[in-house]
Amino acid sequence: MARQEEDFDANLAGEDGQTEETKSGWFKRIKKGILTSTADKKETPEGLWNKCPECNYICTVTELKEHLFTCPKCNHHHRVGSHEYFELLFDEGQCAILFENIRAKDQLNFTDLKNYQKRLEETWKKTDLTDSIRIGAGKVKGYPLVIGCMDFEFIGGSLGSVMGERISRAIDYCLQHKTPLMIICKSGGARMMESAFSLMQLAKVSGKLSQLTDAKIPYISLLTDPAFGGISASFGMLGDLNIAEPGALIGFAGPRVIKETIKKDLPPGFQRSEFLLEHGFLDFIVDRKQMKDKLASVLQLFQH
Amino acid sequence: MLMPENKNRQFIDFEKPIKDLLDDIEKLKENKDKKEVDPSDYIKQLEERVIEKRRDITQNLTSWQKVQLSRHPDRPYTLKYIQKMCTNFVELHGDRNVKDDKAMVGGFAELDGETVMIIGQQKGINTKMRQLRNFGMANPEGYRKALRLMKLAEKFNKPVITLIDTPGAYPGLEAEERGQGEAIARNIYEMMRLKVPVICVIIGEGASGGALGVGVGDKIFMLENTWYTVISPESCSSILWRSWEMKEKAAEQLQLTSDKMYGFGLVDGIVPEPVGGAHWDYDEAAQNLKKVLVATLQQLKQQDPQQRIENRIEKFGKMGFWEEQPA
Repeated sequence: MARQEEDFDANLAGEDGQTEETKSGWFKRIKKGILTSTADKKETPEGLWNKCPECNYICTVTELKEHLFTCPKCNHHHRVGSHEYFELLFDEGQCAILFENIRAKDQLNFTDLKNYQKRLEETWKKTDLTDSIRIGAGKVKGYPLVIGCMDFEFIGGSLGSVMGERISRAIDYCLQHKTPLMIICKSGGARMMESAFSLMQLAKVSGKLSQLTDAKIPYISLLTDPAFGGISASFGMLGDLNIAEPGALIGFAGPRVIKETIKKDLPPGFQRSEFLLEHGFLDFIVDRKQMKDKLASVLQLFQH
Repeated sequence: MLMPENKNRQFIDFEKPIKDLLDDIEKLKENKDKKEVDPSDYIKQLEERVIEKRRDITQNLTSWQKVQLSRHPDRPYTLKYIQKMCTNFVELHGDRNVKDDKAMVGGFAELDGETVMIIGQQKGINTKMRQLRNFGMANPEGYRKALRLMKLAEKFNKPVITLIDTPGAYPGLEAEERGQGEAIARNIYEMMRLKVPVICVIIGEGASGGALGVGVGDKIFMLENTWYTVISPESCSSILWRSWEMKEKAAEQLQLTSDKMYGFGLVDGIVPEPVGGAHWDYDEAAQNLKKVLVATLQQLKQQDPQQRIENRIEKFGKMGFWEEQPA
């Protein structure tokens, strides 16, 4: 009840009524101490409008889509999934989706607050995804490319046996067809429900990448928000080129863990793409709107 | 089975019965001269019971208790094993870029008359040293130091042995600035490609990327009372159960003990520890390990380097579980 009243009061204060001075006495906050700005409280119906989490700019989803899910005002890159990236990068949005028949199972019978098998089944039902990575083989401005793209929607894009195996097979495919590989990373890290098996995927994929090296086939790692843990401790950082979208959070340990360890606030911009570029761990940052062009020119340079 | 003297021995709660027995023995010894009856026989009996107790207690440990045992403050660490197994150890320092990471040690040594490169995380033996060693949590420069030493070994065709004991790679601000993820990733990748034999042994805690960063090799072993998995039970509890209190449950669910890991085929063997744990007898613990290392090296040396690398990639390539639906 109490919360409802507060919300009601905040609504009374009107959209611009963050401070009392801006409105006449009619619309003033009756209760003191409500610090949440009204703009933050406005809820929009799903699917019609979108509010930028960075600058609070509100636009229609259609407008956002035209901007490739970057904020028209501040260029914040919204999180999108493999469907959007494949649509954006492959010529005519066309590609062959590979290895979808490899599916996760709960071999360890892992139960936290929920059983892993149940979690998987719920996620399969909720999304149209079969696991946290999809492999697409197609062309980018005429240049053949295999892209493995993670979906954060699927258990946080977590790295488990299926991701490891799909990437391994993608690498076999690249070796067979002499095609470059790009992995679009978007993951919270390893899938804990697969315990040590998930950890071993770091080694598994790194070993396969070593074969790609020997065959002199380029591998590009594109890091997008977020890319943490096992991802950055393996193939995420092992690209011939490591590139990232602007403002993406990338790191080994999560900011909360680091903050708790060093017991200090973290500097602004810490673990963002720009921070990584500055410290020498990225080759360049690429805006989503220029991504296809830039990728094509890189592929061209590797090929000629 | 002789017990080494240790006045400052520390005990985990479930080791309490052993402590009581040892206290009794101590008391009897102190009063030896005052008593009319010679208690020597009784002392001997008690000492045998101590060994029995050590066996009993460690027979049916829960996963969490094994985690506790792997963190026993009296447990031997990397340098202790090197000292007990090898001769002519020359410690080498620094990553040639930033600094010398004290949480990661390494150098050339002779093992059974043969030069090897031996590397591992090092924990401190007292409060001051624990700080200096950063509790065995290496920074990027530690992993890069390890890689430099491995490359040095490769150059002179010497096998690499890594001893792993870490609660994780250090999650610090500077660690991130200097690329903790990249350092570990690079090590995993390069260890996969090393032309010399590589043996990795979990001698204590094997926490996630921090362990795997020096944990890729031809053969992976675990000491009996150690653990190795993707995350520490505490962190797992805090993330999946949203509480720090479920660490026992998390340890159980993660199936992180040596027997489980061997059962999964993720490690190649278990090295037996002295009755009750490695902390009861450093010599025996080191000799057990040495035996396994020497035998395994003999076996690995016979393989062609290129074949060894291919086997390594294939070995890790098989790891994981999934279902394959008909296409």
